[in-house]
Amino acid sequence: MKKFLKILFFASLLLNANYANSAENSAKLLKGDWSFKSFFGKFDRASLQRGYQVYNEVCASCHSVKYLSYRNLMEKGGPEFTEEEAKAIASNFEVTDGPNSTGEMFTRPARLSDKFVMPYANDEEAKSANGGAYPPDMSVLVKARKGGADYIYSLLLGYEDPPVDIELDDGVYYNKFMYGNKIKMSAPLSDDIVEYSDGTKATTEQMSKDVVTFLMWAAEPHLEQRHKFGFRVIIYLVIISILVYFSMKKIWSRIESKV
Amino acid sequence: MSESDKKKPNRRDFILTATTAAGAVGVGAAVWPLIDQMNPDASVKALASTEVDISGVEPGQSITVLWRGKPVFIKRRTQEEIDSARSVDLKDLKHPEKDEDRAKNPEWLVMLGVCTHLGCVPLTDKGDYNAWFCPCHGSHYDTSGRIRKGPAPTNMEVPKYVFLNSKTIKIG
Amino acid sequence: MSDHEYQPSSRLGKWFNDRLPLLTLSNHLQEYPTPKNLNYWWTFGGILTFCLITQIITGIILGMHYIAHADLAFESVEHIMRDVNYGWLIRYVHANGASMFFLAVYIHIFRSLYYGSYKSPREVIWIIGMIIYFLMMATAFMGYVLPWGQMSFWGATVITNLFSAIPFIGESVTNWLWGGYSVDNPTLTRFFSLHYLLPFLILGLVILHIWALHVPGNNNPIGIDIKKPSKDTVPFHPYIVIKDLFALLLFLIVFAFFVFYSPNILGHADNYIEADPLVTPAHIVPEWYLLPFYAILRSVPDKLLGVIAMFASIFVLVILPWLDTSKVRSAIFRPIYKQFYWFLVADVLILGYMGAMPAEGAYLIIARVATAYYFLHFLVILPVLGKKEKTLDIPLSITEPVLGGFPNQAATKNKQNNRENL
Repeated sequence: MKKFLKILFFASLLLNANYANSAENSAKLLKGDWSFKSFFGKFDRASLQRGYQVYNEVCASCHSVKYLSYRNLMEKGGPEFTEEEAKAIASNFEVTDGPNSTGEMFTRPARLSDKFVMPYANDEEAKSANGGAYPPDMSVLVKARKGGADYIYSLLLGYEDPPVDIELDDGVYYNKFMYGNKIKMSAPLSDDIVEYSDGTKATTEQMSKDVVTFLMWAAEPHLEQRHKFGFRVIIYLVIISILVYFSMKKIWSRIESKV
Repeated sequence: MSESDKKKPNRRDFILTATTAAGAVGVGAAVWPLIDQMNPDASVKALASTEVDISGVEPGQSITVLWRGKPVFIKRRTQEEIDSARSVDLKDLKHPEKDEDRAKNPEWLVMLGVCTHLGCVPLTDKGDYNAWFCPCHGSHYDTSGRIRKGPAPTNMEVPKYVFLNSKTIKIG
Repeated sequence: MSDHEYQPSSRLGKWFNDRLPLLTLSNHLQEYPTPKNLNYWWTFGGILTFCLITQIITGIILGMHYIAHADLAFESVEHIMRDVNYGWLIRYVHANGASMFFLAVYIHIFRSLYYGSYKSPREVIWIIGMIIYFLMMATAFMGYVLPWGQMSFWGATVITNLFSAIPFIGESVTNWLWGGYSVDNPTLTRFFSLHYLLPFLILGLVILHIWALHVPGNNNPIGIDIKKPSKDTVPFHPYIVIKDLFALLLFLIVFAFFVFYSPNILGHADNYIEADPLVTPAHIVPEWYLLPFYAILRSVPDKLLGVIAMFASIFVLVILPWLDTSKVRSAIFRPIYKQFYWFLVADVLILGYMGAMPAEGAYLIIARVATAYYFLHFLVILPVLGKKEKTLDIPLSITEPVLGGFPNQAATKNKQNNRENL
């Protein structure tokens, strides 16, 4: 047993080494109060819907979420807009389709089966429109950053005036949570930049929380199902382990020996 | 340590039975995802409907569009073809269906262009009824897409569709 | 082995068995006499078999939905995660399954090191095992490339560049590996093909591994030779089967925690960024199970020598049965070896830790010391220790230490008779 603990100790050292070694960034991330974190964690439906609104009205002008489809907005475990609402959202966007019978491409309103319309036609256009900085696709952004939801949340709230010893070029902003503290995105959120229809006050914190919740769902759309399954699987495994344990005792009792 | 060990576990042994039963349930539950993953996925299901512009189709012409990976025949029938389809005695049909039920709007016949025999695509304006003929095994269909002669067991299937307006059909 | 007398009871069974003795094989596997004092460290063979089968099944399924193309791979993985029925589950099981597989294989290897299972007459089992381990690393590495994220791409670049250290032909070799002048679509497609092939090779070697095991039979915690079958052994079925099953279920609980509650903790965030040949991530770190070797590679300042040291660190394991000169197998009876064994465990863990750290300053110095000690252990300590060490008295049979004195055969018999009468 002692040996086992020893091994566990070293193993945990190893894990820590692997996954917490961001030496460059000393600022401690803000911890959001996430409803999806715990063992039974679920998304806050209202927050997801507000988060979509923030994404749509603020982020979407530069950032794509190319792996989401409009149908996802009505799927279980997501924002769960009604089918009509999701259709109405989709129809606000124009997608290029075709070619038609005369061989020409045409635009039509988006349908549920369409992927989210991207703000730029390609990466190069995205870069040139943003002073050379590529606004990353946000489909799996939460999973693509160390610190996950907390990191994005911190970043959104991490804009400050730069310390006196730091010179910033034009179009570069100071953010205490960004790698190297310099970021080419200006602070995207400010109080009341969107107007929530459910009466929630649109503070910067609230919007950050909502949009990060939305992005977490975008990156991990089956999170709720995963948590639900996980609970069932583990309960099942514990029960069957106990059954097998007693079966084993029974079988081994046929010979005189400890297991 | 020899013979008695080879004995099979006692059948009346509750704990062993319970363990085996619980194990079987677990294995079954674990196998289902492995099977279900081959079913149509969410993105395929989402593409279940398609809209077709029919404004350019003249009487007597037909177009073929792709829906769920299969051809759909959209035929604008002439009065003559409608009459011949509607005058058939149901008793003569292998798979009796009224043309009125197959083509709600008599001018337009919309059906899956898949022979009900073994899935080939029939040729248009061919065969004994000058309608559809499947070259694979010689099934003849009439101007309503009903099987009249040959090995196919049933009429060509009519999918769900609606006229969104006079120019557009939504299939699925 | 000694199953020649086995005869199926039914006529059909006999007819079939005379033509293909599958029933004899099945009987052999059930009756296979196993030392009855095997502890839980011995259950990892069964666990590893489970891991391999799980990886093959989930891998075949992922192969149905994955697209091996530089432009589509990343998207197809997202398609699996989002749209395919239970795709997220199958992918997370496969990705975490690789880690669990390595966790189990390391325990399996270190068990062998502790109890001297690699020693005569089990050298061939050990060598086959090392080949399996090497193929596992190759398979895991190529599998990690397939999602075509940043770590996939840059991991592939770094590892394939190892071969550029070969004098004269290095560049030709890397170009040959890549099918171009850098890691690109041809590299991805061939990695996919090989990633699909190698597990079946591993499966074949696993069968040989078990075959080679069944010739001398299992080693055991005491490390003595035992008579088979005897009062020191039990038939594999049901005794060992049920015990392996119990251990497997405990292992699965850990597995499930990773899959359902921290599916990405063992991976790198950077691999959720699509591969970009123009930008290298700040830290290139291999998967955790390759870190000790990565540390050895980096601790040697010369490129070629670093690569040689890394491959040598695996090769010393292959020749281990001849490096360890001690006739006593189990560390239980080797008090000094036991100390060195734990030093080695610590050394490998330190190497793993250093592999994850930037190769600079104190980290680099510690990594170098640890690398030196690693080779010292196998090349100097083991050969010398085998000759010098004073070992403890070894019991004559398993029953002696297990029952603490005389094996009470009469009582055992009695109990069995009672059960039969129930």
